[in-house]
Amino acid sequence: MGKAKVKRASTSIDMTAMCDVSFLLLTFFVLTATARQPEVLVVDTPASTTPDKLPDDNLGIISVANGKIFFGVKNPNVREITLRNMSQKYNVAFSAEDYEKFKQLDEFGVPIKNLRQLLSLENDARKENIQPGIPVDSTETASNELYSWVQEARKATIEFNRSREGEKDFVDPGPMKVAIKADAEEKYPVVNLIIETLRNQKQNKFSFVTGLRAAEE
Amino acid sequence: MAELNQDSGKGDKGGKVRSKKNGGKVDLTAMVDLAFLLITFFMLTTSLNKPQAMDVAMPDKNKIDQNDNLEIADTRSITLLLGSDNKISWYYGQLAKPIYAPATVEYGKEGIRQVLLKMQKEVPARSQGKDLIVVIRPSEKSVQRNLVDILDEMKIVDVKRYMISKINDDEIEVLKSEGLYND
Repeated sequence: MGKAKVKRASTSIDMTAMCDVSFLLLTFFVLTATARQPEVLVVDTPASTTPDKLPDDNLGIISVANGKIFFGVKNPNVREITLRNMSQKYNVAFSAEDYEKFKQLDEFGVPIKNLRQLLSLENDARKENIQPGIPVDSTETASNELYSWVQEARKATIEFNRSREGEKDFVDPGPMKVAIKADAEEKYPVVNLIIETLRNQKQNKFSFVTGLRAAEE
Repeated sequence: MAELNQDSGKGDKGGKVRSKKNGGKVDLTAMVDLAFLLITFFMLTTSLNKPQAMDVAMPDKNKIDQNDNLEIADTRSITLLLGSDNKISWYYGQLAKPIYAPATVEYGKEGIRQVLLKMQKEVPARSQGKDLIVVIRPSEKSVQRNLVDILDEMKIVDVKRYMISKINDDEIEVLKSEGLYND
């Protein structure tokens, strides 16, 4: 009798604690995974075998799909400074509320004179079809708005990093990196315009954003 | 729970208690299985979600002297013209008097990689041990995928010197004659 009882007790393990832990982890992963905002401009990037990952911060991304160009800066504080500089350069005024909204905006694709209008919309209303893309051409003048955006974002990054120099444990991440996230089927002339725009401001190094392809031997 | 047991336990105490015990323990194995499956899924998707960054360096634009160019021996450079329909036309030397005339080739392992591997061996033999230079010229009809593929190929084959440059009209004519200039 005694032996039989011991056997019975050992067959069923109490799973409650394990279940608790696993669901805690599950909740954590679900929450971190869905925190990423759905992108406005859907870009199907080509695949490459490059092992390097795209940095999370200190980065400006130029997205291209369907002939439209979108631009976004990763760091919200840099975004704010960029917009302030752009507002001066193009003589477009923004309210304090606009700045707050712009800090939340991951990427956009409108000429700067229409940016206020875009910011006044709700988050879900900022669809791709109402955004015509940022104007770009082969010049270095104000008509090439992408040129100004990238340049001001680079300046803003430097300004922001300088303002943080006094902070404890601050490591200067260096100048802003620029990545081009182009659709696999995007024709070369549009990509070339962007590359030339970057080269004109001596941003000779940049990255192409690609998906992962398993290395073939 | 205990009180309820005591109240109803008057009639047949043993049976009731035993049935309660069985009902109180739910088998959580399946639930834990499911939870771990989902954890694995979310863990993998979050870590794989991060896109790759392919670094590209372009030469500095020389705005002061446009004609300040370095002469390179014809025997060192091959030129890849990226055309439409996911095909490449390549030639060796100068277009006016090529060592190998323009030929059409596909992307990938069987196509352009074989050409690159062959030329990587051939070029040092022809030009006193100097290594291969690849000039990539994307045409207007090529797409971003082609450019990324060819840059990737440079990494795989380990071509040390390559550059992206502008296509000229003669080379567009070559692509047209090979039928690689379609929309």
